[in-house]
Amino acid sequence: MRVIAAFSRTSISAIAVAGFLLSGCSASAPAPVETSVPAEPVVDGAFTLYSGRDEKLVQPLIDQFTAETGIVVEVRYGNTPELAALLLEEGEASPADVFLSQDAGALGALSQAGLFSILPDDIASAMPAGFTSTDGTWAGVTGRARVVVYDGERYTADELPDTIDGYVTSEWAGQLAVAPGNASFQSFVTALRVLDGEDAASGWVKALAGNDPQIFEGNSAILTGVDGGVVGAGLINHYYWYGAAAEVGPENMRAQLKFLTAGDAGSIVNVSGAGILNGGATDADALEFLRYLVSPTGQTYFVEQTFEYPLLPGIDAPAGLPSLQSLINPELDLSDLEDLATTQKLLSDAGLI
Amino acid sequence: MVALASAAVAAIPLVYLLVRAGESGPTSIFGTLARGRVLEYVANSLGLAAATTATALVLGTAVAFVITRVQVPFSRAWLLVSALPLAVPSYLAGYGWLVSFPSINGFVPSWLLLTAVTVPYVTLPVAAALRGASGDLEGVARTLGRGPLRAFFVATWPSVRPAAIAGALLVALYALSDFGLVAMMRYPTLTWGINSAYSASFDRAQAATLALLLVVLALIVVAGERAARRQVPRAAARAVAARPVSRPGLLALLPILAVAPLFGVVFPLLGLLSRLLEATALREIDGPRLLGAVGSTVGVAVAAAVFAVLLALPIAALAARHRGRLVAAIESVGYLGHALPGIVVGLSLVFFSLAVVPALYQGIGVLVFAYAVLFMPKAIGTMRAGLGDVPPRLVSVARTLGISPLQAWWRVTVPLALPSVGIGALLVAIATMKELPATLLLRPTGVQTLATELWNRTVVFEFGAAAPYAALLVLVAAVPAVILSGVRSTAKEEL
Repeated sequence: MRVIAAFSRTSISAIAVAGFLLSGCSASAPAPVETSVPAEPVVDGAFTLYSGRDEKLVQPLIDQFTAETGIVVEVRYGNTPELAALLLEEGEASPADVFLSQDAGALGALSQAGLFSILPDDIASAMPAGFTSTDGTWAGVTGRARVVVYDGERYTADELPDTIDGYVTSEWAGQLAVAPGNASFQSFVTALRVLDGEDAASGWVKALAGNDPQIFEGNSAILTGVDGGVVGAGLINHYYWYGAAAEVGPENMRAQLKFLTAGDAGSIVNVSGAGILNGGATDADALEFLRYLVSPTGQTYFVEQTFEYPLLPGIDAPAGLPSLQSLINPELDLSDLEDLATTQKLLSDAGLI
Repeated sequence: MVALASAAVAAIPLVYLLVRAGESGPTSIFGTLARGRVLEYVANSLGLAAATTATALVLGTAVAFVITRVQVPFSRAWLLVSALPLAVPSYLAGYGWLVSFPSINGFVPSWLLLTAVTVPYVTLPVAAALRGASGDLEGVARTLGRGPLRAFFVATWPSVRPAAIAGALLVALYALSDFGLVAMMRYPTLTWGINSAYSASFDRAQAATLALLLVVLALIVVAGERAARRQVPRAAARAVAARPVSRPGLLALLPILAVAPLFGVVFPLLGLLSRLLEATALREIDGPRLLGAVGSTVGVAVAAAVFAVLLALPIAALAARHRGRLVAAIESVGYLGHALPGIVVGLSLVFFSLAVVPALYQGIGVLVFAYAVLFMPKAIGTMRAGLGDVPPRLVSVARTLGISPLQAWWRVTVPLALPSVGIGALLVAIATMKELPATLLLRPTGVQTLATELWNRTVVFEFGAAAPYAALLVLVAAVPAVILSGVRSTAKEEL
C-alpha cells in the first residue's frame, strides 16, 4: 500500500514535531504583557516600536539611533492604518511603546482613544505650533506637501492649473487619479472644508465624483500609474516622487511634480509624527527615541533620505523644493485635520468611498 | 461534541465581528449598509465570485478530463504543472501582470487572473475522481447514440460532480475573500470596502458591519454548495484506458492545459524577473534574512497544516456520516474563516487572544491558530469526501471483532482516508505560505515570512527588489503543490 506508507502516522507525527520545532526556532519569544507600571522611569536599553512608515525608510535611522545610544529597538512594520487598528484593538494591553505614524489622522484617532501619554515639554514644544499636537500627546516629525503629479510627456508645468479647482473640469474627465481611501487625500479634503467652507468643498468633491475619477489604492500606486502613462495626473504627497527619482534618476522619470499656489488647499502640508503609548510612558528609552526624531540629527536624516520637510526650525528643506513657509496658509491649524469623520461622510455620500 | 468545539474555534471571527458591529448601534449599522457604494461592492463581489467559479469549474474539469482520459504525453508532468498556480498568491499574479501592462484594471483582469490561480482547486479533485470513476457508463451512452460531450454529462459527470462542486466552493470563497488582486486591479469589491473602513476611518464598527455582510454572502454560497451536493453512490471502479488522439488533436488540446499555468505563473514571474534585471538600484539580497524567512514560512505552514487538520477532522467526520440541520450549521461555521479577509480574522484573534490568553499574544501559537481558523475549510471538504468514501461495512466488520467505535474509526476509517487528510493538510500548508494580512497583524515582532518580505517591497512598488522573494515564495509553495498533484484521492484503487 504505497499511498498509505507515504502518509503513515509515524511520518506525520515526525513532520508535525519538526514543524513545531522549526517554527519555534524562527520565532522570537513573545513579549510579556506588563501588569503593573513602575513609577520610576525604566531604563532597560530596549523598547518596542510600531512603525507605520516603510522599513526601507526607517530602518537605517533606527540603526543610526542604536549605534549612537546603544538602545535596542524591536520594530514591527506595517501600514499606518492597520497598525492603528491593531493598537486600537490591543488597547492598554499593547506591547508597543512608540508609534511612528505616516499621517496625523492616525495619531489623532489614537489620541482621542486615550492611548497616548502626555509628552514632556521639551518634545511637545520642539516643533512649531500647527505642526504638532495641541494637547501634547504626539509630536510632528516631518512635513509632507500635497502636490499634483503629471505625465511629463503630455503636459508641461505651465499649462496646468495652479489651483485645485482646475482639476475637476471636463478636460480632466477620466484623467485624474485619486486615492480617496488614503489618509493624506482625506486630510486634503478636510483642509478644503476648513479653508474654503463646507459648500465649496462639497461642490469640489461632487465635481470630482462626476468626472470619472481614476481610483487608486494609495500614493505609490498613483505615481506608478502616472509614470506608466495610465493617467494624465494624480494627487499625491511630494516625497514619493523624489524617492522614485532617487532610484532611477530624475531624468528617467516620466512623471513630474507641480506644486500648487500657496494658500490653496491642494498644496497643504501634512505631518507625520510619533507618540508614546501608555504602556511605554515610563520607558526612558522610548522618550530618547522621540527626542532623537525631533533633534537636528534625526531631522537631517529625513531631509537627506526621504526628501520630506523638516519641522524643526533652523534645518534647511531639501534642495529644489519650495520652502515650507511659502506653502503654509497661516489660517490652517493642522489639528483641525483630525476631524476625519465628517470628511469621510462627505466622500461616502459622493460615492467615492 | 468535539466537532462543536472545532466549530466554536472557527466562530471566533464571527463573535468578534458581532461584538464590534454591535458597539455602534442599529442606526449606525443601517447607515453603513444603506450606502450606495455598499450595493456596488456587493454586486461586484458576487459577480466576480460567480464568474470566477463558473470559468474555474469549466476549465478545471476540462483540464482534468484531458489529463486523465486522453493520451497526452507526460500526463503526470501536466498534472504537476496544472497544480502550480496554487503556489502563486493572487496579489502576486496581479503584480506580475501590472509590471508589463500597467494600465490593466477592472473586472476582466480580476476575473481572469482569479480563475488562473484557483483552477487547481477544481482540477485536482476532479482528476482524482475521474481516475476512480468507471468509464463503462460513458461507453454505454456512446453506443446509445449520445455525442461525446453529452455522454460525458450523462454518464461520468454525476460521479465527479461532488468533487467538482467542493472545489468550486473553495473557488467561490477565495474569490469573495480576495483583496490583494482586486486592490491592484482597482476593482471595488466588498473586501475593498472593508479595507477602506479600516484604513480610513479607524472605525472598526463600520468595518465589522461590512465584514458581517461578507459572511452573509459566504453563507449563501455554502448553502448553495450543499444544495448542489448530492451524493451519488460510486459504481465499482474500473480504470479507463486513456483515449489516444491524433497530433492535430493534441495540439488543439494543449492550450487548455497550458492556459492557467501560463497566465497565473509563468507570465507574472517573467515580468518580475525582467524588472530585476532592469533596476538600477538593486537592494542587496540579504542571504541569512532570506533563509530566515524561508524557515519561518515552512515552519508555520507545517504547524498550521497539522493543527488545521486536527481541528477539521471532527467536523469532517461528523459531516461525512450524518445529515441534519445541526451538522449543516456546524459545517457552515467551519467555512466562515475562509470567506473573511485576513485582516478581519487577524484582528478577531488579536481581540480573542488578548481577552483569553494575553501571555500568548504575538506568539507563534496564536499565529498558527489564526491560520488554522482561516484555512480549516480547505481541509474540511476533502476530508469529508475521503471519510465518506470509506465503506461502512469495513467499520462494521471491525466492530464485530470487538473494538469500540472510536477505535474502529481510528484504526480503520482514518488510515483509509489518510490520502484525503494529506490533501487537506497540503492545501492548508500552501495557503498558509501565501497568507499576508493576518500574518502582518499577528506575527511575533521581528519574524518575517516570504509573503511579508514580499509585501515590504511591493508596498513601495519596488518591482526589482521584490522579484527574488516572489520567485522563492512560488518555489517553496510549489513543493506541496507538486506533492498534492501526485497524491491519489482514495486508497480504494489499491483494494
